[in-house]
Amino acid sequence: MRGWFLPLAVLFGFIFLYAPILSLIVFSFNESRLVTVWGGFSTRWYGELLRDRQILNAAWISLKVAFWSATLATIIGTLGAFVLTRFSRFTGRLLLTGMITAPLVMPEVITGLSLLLLFVSMELTLGWPAGRGLTTIVIAHTTFCAAFVAVIAQSRLRQMDESLEEAARDLGAGPVRVFFDVTLPVIMPALVAGWLLAFTLSLDDLVIASFVSGPGASTLPMVIFSKVRLGVSPDVNALATIIIGIVLVAVLIAGWLMRRAMRNPL
Amino acid sequence: MNALTRSAPWRGTAWIMGKLGISGRTLVIAIPMLWLLIFFLAPFFVLGRISLAEAIIARPPYTPLFERGPDGTLEIIASFENYRFLLADALYRNAYLSSIQVALISTIFALLIGYPIAYYIARAPEPKRSILLLMVILPFWTSFLLRVYAWMGFLRSNGVINNTLISLGLIDSPIQMMQTDFAVYIGIVYTYLPFMILPLYANLTKLDGALLEAAGDLGASPMTTFFTITLPLSLPGIVAGSMLVFIPAIGEYVIPALLGGPDTLMIGRVLWDEFFSSRDWPVASAVAIVMLFLVVAPIMWLQSVQNRREES
Repeated sequence: MRGWFLPLAVLFGFIFLYAPILSLIVFSFNESRLVTVWGGFSTRWYGELLRDRQILNAAWISLKVAFWSATLATIIGTLGAFVLTRFSRFTGRLLLTGMITAPLVMPEVITGLSLLLLFVSMELTLGWPAGRGLTTIVIAHTTFCAAFVAVIAQSRLRQMDESLEEAARDLGAGPVRVFFDVTLPVIMPALVAGWLLAFTLSLDDLVIASFVSGPGASTLPMVIFSKVRLGVSPDVNALATIIIGIVLVAVLIAGWLMRRAMRNPL
Repeated sequence: MNALTRSAPWRGTAWIMGKLGISGRTLVIAIPMLWLLIFFLAPFFVLGRISLAEAIIARPPYTPLFERGPDGTLEIIASFENYRFLLADALYRNAYLSSIQVALISTIFALLIGYPIAYYIARAPEPKRSILLLMVILPFWTSFLLRVYAWMGFLRSNGVINNTLISLGLIDSPIQMMQTDFAVYIGIVYTYLPFMILPLYANLTKLDGALLEAAGDLGASPMTTFFTITLPLSLPGIVAGSMLVFIPAIGEYVIPALLGGPDTLMIGRVLWDEFFSSRDWPVASAVAIVMLFLVVAPIMWLQSVQNRREES
C-alpha cells in the first residue's frame, strides 16, 4: 500500500464524503427551480423558507423536543454512568449495563414501533399519556439519547481522578455534596458535549418521531421527509444548508469542550 | 450547594426517604433503572404480546390478550398465526433475505473504501492525523436525512453526475441510478462509513511498526507484508467495523425509501408499510420481533468472539 494507490484511494474517499454535501450547499443558492441546473446566484429559496409556516412550525417543535430530550437524557445518562462507574455492586447492575448501551445498536423502526405500542397500552390501562405528541416524542428521544450521553459520561468518570472525591469525603462532605461540589464540576465539559450530541441526535431523528408523534406534532425531519419523498426541491436545499451550518458549529463546540476536558487531568 | 442541602424541601424529602427506608444511593440507582425498565425494556414485552394478537378494526386495532370466558374465567388468547404468516409468505422471507444481502454488500463496499482511509490516517503524522480524523467524523454529525437527500440530487437522471458525464461527452443519455439497488448501497456506505473507519483506525494505530520493518528487512514486498502481517492483525478492527455497518443497515428504512426503487425490498421498509399503510399492528410487531433476532444474533456472536479473544 505505498506510492500512488493509497493517497488516491483516500482522496476518492474524501470526495465521496464531501461532494454531495458541497453540491447541496452550492445549489441552495441557485436561482433556478431545477435543483441541479445552475441558473445564477440567488438567496430566493432562503426567503421562501422564512415564509413557509409549516416548516417554521415544525422547526420550533423540533427545537423544543430536542431541548427537553437533551436535558432529560443528560440527567438520566449521567446518573446511569455515575451509578455504573461508582457503585461496584448492586442488584440489577448487569441489567442496567445492558439497557443503557442497547439503544445504541437497536434499529430505529423497532424502537419506534415498540415505544408507540407501549404508549398505546399505557393510555388504555393508565389513561396516560393522553394521546401522542410532544411528550411522547420527548420520552422516546430521551431514552435513546441517554445511551449516547452515558457513553461519554462513563469514559469521563472512569478517567477522572477519584482521590479528589475521596479527599472531599475525608474532609466530611456528604455524598450529595461530593457529587455537586467535586464530581459535577470536573465532568461538566463532558456533560455539555453529551447534551449537544443528544440535541443534534434528537433534531435529526425521523423514524422514531414518526412512530410516536401524533396529529399536530410534526417535527422538522418529518416535514422534510414528506417534501423530499416527492423529489428534490430547492427550499429543502436552503434548509439543509442552514441545518448543516448550525450542526457544524454545535459539533465543533462540543469537540472543543471534549478535548479541553480530556486534556484537563482532574 | 450548601444552601440546597439546608433548604426546607430538601430536608423534608430526606426525612421522608429516611422514614421509608430508601437511601440516597437507592434513589440514584432507581432513576435511570426505572426509566429504562419502563421505556426501553417494557416496550419489548408489549411488542411481543401484540405480535400474538390479531388485527381488528377498532381502537386499538388488535385483539386483547385476556378475555372473560362465559363462566367468568380469564382466558389467554394468543396465536402464532402472524409468525406462521411471515414464514409462509414469500414477501417477508424475501425481504429478510434481501435486507441481509443489501447489508452485506454495503458492508463489503464500506470496508473496501474505509480500509485505505483508516490505514492512511493511522500512518499520518500529527497534526495531519487529527485533522483527517475530524474530517471523517464531521459529515456523520450533519443531518442523516439531509445527507441521503444530497445523494438524490447527485444520482437523479438530470442530477450532478449525469449532467457532468453528458457535458463531458462520455454518455449521450442519462444513466438510471436513482431507484436502484446501487443507489441504496451508496446511501448505506455513505451514511455508515465513519462507523467502519473509526474502529479500523483505532486498531491500525496499535499496529507495531517494527513488525512491518522486520518483514521489509527480510525481503518481503509491501504487498506480501500487507497481506501476511497488517491484514491479519487488523482483523478485530475489521470485524468490529463491519458489525457497526451491518447491524444498522439491516433495519434501515429511510435510505431504501428515498434512494431505492419500488422493488427494493428491505425489512425496515416492510415493517413501516405494514404499520403506516396496512395498519396491521400485530403483523408489524411480529416482523419487528423476527428482525430483533436478526440483529441480536450478530451482536451475540461479536460478544463471544471478543470474549474468546480476551481469554486467549
